[in-house]
Amino acid sequence: MEHIVIIGNGISGVTTARHIRKLSNHKITIISSETDHFFSRTALMYIYMGHMKYEHTKPYEDYFWKKNRISLKRGFVKTVQHSEKKLLFANGDVMEYDKLVLAVGSKSNKFGWPGQDLDGVQGLYNFQDLQALEKNAPNNESCKRAVIVGGGLIGIELAEMLHTRKIPVTFLVRENSFWNGVLPDGESQMITRHIKNHHIDLRLASNLKEILADDNGKARAVIITETGEELACDLVGLTAGVSPNVDFLKDSGIELGRGIKVNRFLETNIEDIYAIGDCAEQREAIGNRRPIEAVWYTGRMMGETLAQTICGNKTEYKPGHWFNSAKFFDIEYQTYGWVFSKPRENETHFHWKHQDDTKCITICTEVSSGKFLGINTFGIRMRHEVFDRWLTEERTTDFIIKHLLEANFDPEFYKKMEPQILLAYNQQTVNA
Amino acid sequence: MSTRSNESMSLASPNPQDISVKKKVALGIGFLGLFILVLALANVNFPSQGLFLFISMGLIATGTILYANDLYLTKLEGIKNDELWFKSISSRGAWGWILGVILTAFYIVLYFKAELLGLGKDGAANTGLIALFDPLSNLLSGRQASEWFVYGTLYTVAIFVFGYKFMLKYRHNRYQQLRTGSVMFFQLAFAFLIPEFMYRLNSDLPYNDLKLMWPLNYYSFDQWRVDGFLNTGTIGFLFLLFGIISIFVVSPILTYKYGKRWYCSWVCGCGGLAETAGDPFRSLSSKKMSAWKLERWLIHTVLVFSVVMTVGVIYTYLGYDPNKYWFTKDTFLLSVGIFLTAVFAVVMIFKRNELGKDAKYGAIGYFVVIALLAGIHYTGTTEEIFFVQAGTLRSAYGIYIGSIFSGVIGTGFYPILGNRAWCRFGCPMAAILGFQQRMFSKFRITTNGGQCISCGNCSTHCEMGIDVRSYAQKGENIVRSSCVGCGVCSAVCPRGVLKLENGSLEGRINPTEVLLGNDVDLMSLVNKK
Repeated sequence: MEHIVIIGNGISGVTTARHIRKLSNHKITIISSETDHFFSRTALMYIYMGHMKYEHTKPYEDYFWKKNRISLKRGFVKTVQHSEKKLLFANGDVMEYDKLVLAVGSKSNKFGWPGQDLDGVQGLYNFQDLQALEKNAPNNESCKRAVIVGGGLIGIELAEMLHTRKIPVTFLVRENSFWNGVLPDGESQMITRHIKNHHIDLRLASNLKEILADDNGKARAVIITETGEELACDLVGLTAGVSPNVDFLKDSGIELGRGIKVNRFLETNIEDIYAIGDCAEQREAIGNRRPIEAVWYTGRMMGETLAQTICGNKTEYKPGHWFNSAKFFDIEYQTYGWVFSKPRENETHFHWKHQDDTKCITICTEVSSGKFLGINTFGIRMRHEVFDRWLTEERTTDFIIKHLLEANFDPEFYKKMEPQILLAYNQQTVNA
Repeated sequence: MSTRSNESMSLASPNPQDISVKKKVALGIGFLGLFILVLALANVNFPSQGLFLFISMGLIATGTILYANDLYLTKLEGIKNDELWFKSISSRGAWGWILGVILTAFYIVLYFKAELLGLGKDGAANTGLIALFDPLSNLLSGRQASEWFVYGTLYTVAIFVFGYKFMLKYRHNRYQQLRTGSVMFFQLAFAFLIPEFMYRLNSDLPYNDLKLMWPLNYYSFDQWRVDGFLNTGTIGFLFLLFGIISIFVVSPILTYKYGKRWYCSWVCGCGGLAETAGDPFRSLSSKKMSAWKLERWLIHTVLVFSVVMTVGVIYTYLGYDPNKYWFTKDTFLLSVGIFLTAVFAVVMIFKRNELGKDAKYGAIGYFVVIALLAGIHYTGTTEEIFFVQAGTLRSAYGIYIGSIFSGVIGTGFYPILGNRAWCRFGCPMAAILGFQQRMFSKFRITTNGGQCISCGNCSTHCEMGIDVRSYAQKGENIVRSSCVGCGVCSAVCPRGVLKLENGSLEGRINPTEVLLGNDVDLMSLVNKK
């Protein structure tokens, strides 16, 4: 019986622990400095908005851990001493391990902006960030305006959150249309309009120059690079992406790049130490994926895989077809396969948008073969299983469009958009 | 460190924003309407009761409609649960408890002290609140109002005004809109108007809400009622027949095709109130494993009680007059026993694997009922079973289950236990439909591959206390007896993971360990059985 120690109680670490327990009798310990129990970080926004309480975000009841003999330790690991297989905690505790899993997640990016460490400036990633937000922006009296810097998925979530407390939000986005480094133009522009419809003061092609402090060292305003405008605010949300939370490993001997370098078996350069989830960096990117994938689903998949390896069935991390999802205010987004913001070589995009401006799709096709490469859908739910199968079967886009209804996952009685989509597709084919 | 805290995390104050002027005016209008009812209760004499009832109901409706308009129409379409857990009334705060006490008190008075509402006993004229409803009752059925007419009117108004609010809340969701329209229709037509009109046509006909089936309607087969139907000729006989066909034919077919939702969240009156007026309280239901265990014991105990009580009641009066009832006591008992045995056998033969450990409990339940039936046979007379009056058993059920459980606790405790406490823990009809839904139905909630992010919205807002997330995060379909198919889990899911569906029985229950999206070899390795 080995002692498997997992640092990090997010989805990656917890999935690993659960699967190790299913497969073996190893002693398992999960360490976290964030919370006593696993909770869903993706649900942080709903706590602030009042849809849920913290306890609702815990996917397992508290008795689960003891019942499954998974020990939980609250503490901050300061040093990993791999030569002695020991962990040193900030409070002086020491723990020995046989195998170590690093699932330490990310931290919010800061790009050296003047004033970025002031009081009232924060990211939105972990539980402590939510506590900070409750302090910095409890209501629109103590927070008269918030400025959000960085137009990605966390930025738009933060905007939605603050909006529910009627706090005026200015949203600084570097790009000239929301998230258009990832989304094709038609989609990006639709979401841009949707954000504005929610009365968010969205400033495109705008960068943060600096954050100004008041006499108490608290953020009081920001200055926008392009216009030089000074905007008074009580909260600055830094949401320009995240990066691996690996500072504490700097001199540990574990090889680091931006994240913790791992091979396809999720092994680091040190024997018996593994890294998964947001903090892991593949030595070579897998397919079209990025070397670091800070996504819930990939964290879970790495956990599922690593448990096999740790329990003696050495297994390569081989993620299947890419998929992801998000929600932009009221518009749900799903993606299956690959759709890039601009068609790459030998690729073409078919885009359809509903006249109500809340639903659209983009399908990417390989020009030479007509093969379907991926789909983005907004405001229409699609079946993961069906698209996964179609991608495996290498279907053509003609086939996909014709059979699109089979993949529809909208609730019953919803108006079906597929006939309209088919019509638009046929017209564009005729015109082309 | 406050992670242990169950409180809202808000540090300043759990701060629902100040309500707008429009909402204040709307609330004022609504409360003015309620105030008229309070005045009536205090025996204030209104010059025209009909007019003032109309004004009162009109003000309540206007207030609610204006409030809902300002609440929802000022925002874009979408999920509207903002501040739910900050508001005192929907998070078991002071207002929640106050409302709970008022509702509970109302139900206690309604069931046990209706004279306090002004009910005229023994032919005396009504006074107070009930008298206010006399003109309407006279208009509909030509008789003076009873406490049940008052209750039925208020109930119908509540379903309509809060149904309107619910439809605005989910105006982007056609499933929710149609479902709400359906419960409004069935309440107004079947529970409220048709029985009153029937009385006008034939005053000997017992009150009959056609959609209210046994065993939810526990007095369906009381002697006075069956006699009432049999004595009113063809129409009465047809009503009785319709009741029996509903139970044994219509309900099983619809539940097979669509799950129990066809009844519980599209037709049923209890469900209708829960889904409309009770909507703000849906998230209060407990999702704990312990609550689920309690639920299973409690609801099935009530079911056994209701079956034995009903059989006992019918058994005792069957003996009175052999010419009237062609069933004799013993053929009746025997046919009940054979029917239950057949159901038990079919389940054990075809669904043994799905039942797993629960098979044992099913068997215990079956043998308990059979033993009780035998007990009725050996101890039964024309008056008594088990040496107590069958009527006593029947009235015990009526008081403890019919009134206290379903009314006082079921509705009075909305702001404390959630809006479906009765449906979840007590309703014997829900137990039967749920059993069929679990065993023989095409209905399930499908989860969408690997898309779940375990956020917990689905579980939080499930009124039946189902931990939907525990299935969704495993990529497993939700096939649960208690699910009433309200569709809210699917609506609130931010990633489009849940869909209510009627599909083939094959692969309906599909536990998985590794979710879609990972290595296909790993999936087939781990998920193989």
